[in-house]
Amino acid sequence: MSHLSTEVQAQAEALIALYPERRSALIPLCHLAQQQDGWLRPEAMREIAELVGVTAAEVQGTATFYDMLHTEPVGTYVVSVCTNIACLLGGALELLEHAESSLGVRAGGTTSDGVITLEESECLADCDRTPCVQVNHRFMGGHTPDSFDQLMTGLRNGSLSDTVPPHGTLVRVQRNVGLMAEKEAIVAERAAMAEAQATRAKAAEAAKDAADAKAAPPAPAPGPAQAPPPDAPKVAGPPPTTTSVPASTPPSPTAKKPDAENKGPA
Amino acid sequence: MALTDPPKIVTARLGHEDSHTLERYLATGGYDGLRKALTMTPEAVAHQVDTASLLGRGGAGFPAGRKWSMLRKNDITYLVINGDESEPATFKDHLLIERDPHQIIEGVLISAYALQVTQAFIYLRGEFALGLERMQSALNDAYAHGAVGADIFGSGFSVDVVVHPGAGAYICGEETALLESLEGKRGFPRIKPPFFPAVHGLYGEPTVVNNVETMANIPWIITNGGAAFAALGEGRSTGTRLFALAGHVRNPGVYELEMVKTTFRDLMYAPTLGGGIRGGNALKAFIPGGVSAPWFGPDQVDLPLGQDEVGQAGSMLGSGSVVVMDSTTCVVRAAWRITKFFARESCGQCTPCREGSGWLERILYRIENGAGREEDLDLLMDLCDNISPGVAWPPQQTTICVLGPSIPSSIAAGIRMFRDEYLVHVKEGGCPFA
Repeated sequence: MSHLSTEVQAQAEALIALYPERRSALIPLCHLAQQQDGWLRPEAMREIAELVGVTAAEVQGTATFYDMLHTEPVGTYVVSVCTNIACLLGGALELLEHAESSLGVRAGGTTSDGVITLEESECLADCDRTPCVQVNHRFMGGHTPDSFDQLMTGLRNGSLSDTVPPHGTLVRVQRNVGLMAEKEAIVAERAAMAEAQATRAKAAEAAKDAADAKAAPPAPAPGPAQAPPPDAPKVAGPPPTTTSVPASTPPSPTAKKPDAENKGPA
Repeated sequence: MALTDPPKIVTARLGHEDSHTLERYLATGGYDGLRKALTMTPEAVAHQVDTASLLGRGGAGFPAGRKWSMLRKNDITYLVINGDESEPATFKDHLLIERDPHQIIEGVLISAYALQVTQAFIYLRGEFALGLERMQSALNDAYAHGAVGADIFGSGFSVDVVVHPGAGAYICGEETALLESLEGKRGFPRIKPPFFPAVHGLYGEPTVVNNVETMANIPWIITNGGAAFAALGEGRSTGTRLFALAGHVRNPGVYELEMVKTTFRDLMYAPTLGGGIRGGNALKAFIPGGVSAPWFGPDQVDLPLGQDEVGQAGSMLGSGSVVVMDSTTCVVRAAWRITKFFARESCGQCTPCREGSGWLERILYRIENGAGREEDLDLLMDLCDNISPGVAWPPQQTTICVLGPSIPSSIAAGIRMFRDEYLVHVKEGGCPFA
């Protein structure tokens, strides 16, 4: 008797089919399991491991890296209060303190009735409405202590149940198609295009050489064949030789450290 | 979201309530760029992006056209979109994902055609529940419209796009960590070299990783031409950019502004933009490009919003987030909170970052709470120097990725600019702002 329901298993197989390798579906499957159980149970992780072809330890090792995957039970509503810089400047520490005392739990804890888990979170990217609060990852805007209490009341009396599904339900819109393009067809399509690109590049090169040879040194006359508009349709002849052809630039093995390495992750 | 004056490239549709729907998208020229691109050769499409000289909008500012040109020739190649926006106080991609998902999808499709990739993935931050729903809905509609999948618009070009949810980890915004995460693993940044996923990316295959806002610019570039894009802005900073303004301003929000033509002062004080400092207070300091960027003081407000201009002044435009701190701000508390963030989000692979971030956080905490010592200032700088030798900008690094060398930014700048305020905390046994 498997732990994941038949419906979840079918959804899992559909997700796995979207990726070139099964393991890529690991995190989406953890979300699915959380949707079924409210948190990520060990038996769910074992089945996910079988589904994607890794060990249960690897699933747990991955899951415990991510803040949103809870390997311990949480409340029906996980309330995240951001205290990062923009929210800090907007009074977030004071709001968190209020939340802890009004809910009677420290950040990280769950109320004794099991309804609310309070979390101190990092920036949630809603920084023009501070201090920012999310419930089950739905944005609830910026809050004062009073409006926060009203929000908690709304969660408890069910008036927000349409807006906020129980914890674990992340995406209520399912993908309604599988992959449409067959892998073999894609590879063939790309190969044909690469060949056409190479032919165009060669033709452009030849045209350029011919033009160079023909042109008198003092006054080179640019003809249409040398300088078609860069966005010329396929039928209009070869593109300019200045065109960057992605596939034709082999990487340098001694590639220098790029600008990209000097900046923070976004 | 506040609407700015033209030129508007990525926020043009946001005045409409239903800007996220296919109906509105089609009524406002949606997917015309893709139709046009499909009549061009892939190399001509790439050429337009190169001409636009579009700098990547994720934080590093690497030219998109150049990144594309590095894609290694291979049977299998991928395009991965980085929508894991998590740099503190950055909330521009959030807006684009929720309010105009089709624009991103169209950018992805045009790019997939130009690069001739096998498959594309849109990796979205897990905390964006609504964004994930909007993006999936838009993608479903785009498939039904014939814009994605097999034989797109009857052109013979086929490609599939998959929306992939993250699960809460700042480090997954680093492109190699994002690829690991997309492979179903812990978000550990990969050891470099190879420096570029274009050489060794998803499953080891050549992969282009581009930011969401970068993608959102592509349809306009193809419709209007790369030259029209390059005509906006100045120097290397072409086009417009989204600036996420947060902190002590009257009107925090996301503003689309032409690059270089606007200064930090305009952004903070113009009535149509930031509207000035909250409560009429004085400006104390500001962060010009996400918390990884060194802080600036009021003497730098007249710098233009341009990549090179900010870089030459000793910081970075980074993720396009500007955090304004007024005279009521405790710089020790601000630096402590930012450092606590890095300590929490360090992936733990490299010792200087893993251990250093925690030590720094605890020292800042004790200074803020009255248990600091005068020699703590030197100790902080010494630890910063261990993570990023020289504590200079651009930073040196002793770690696999740039999270480590981002940690000293707020501490070093704070101590340089506000040494006295740190010392007051020590001498008075606590925070004077508390």
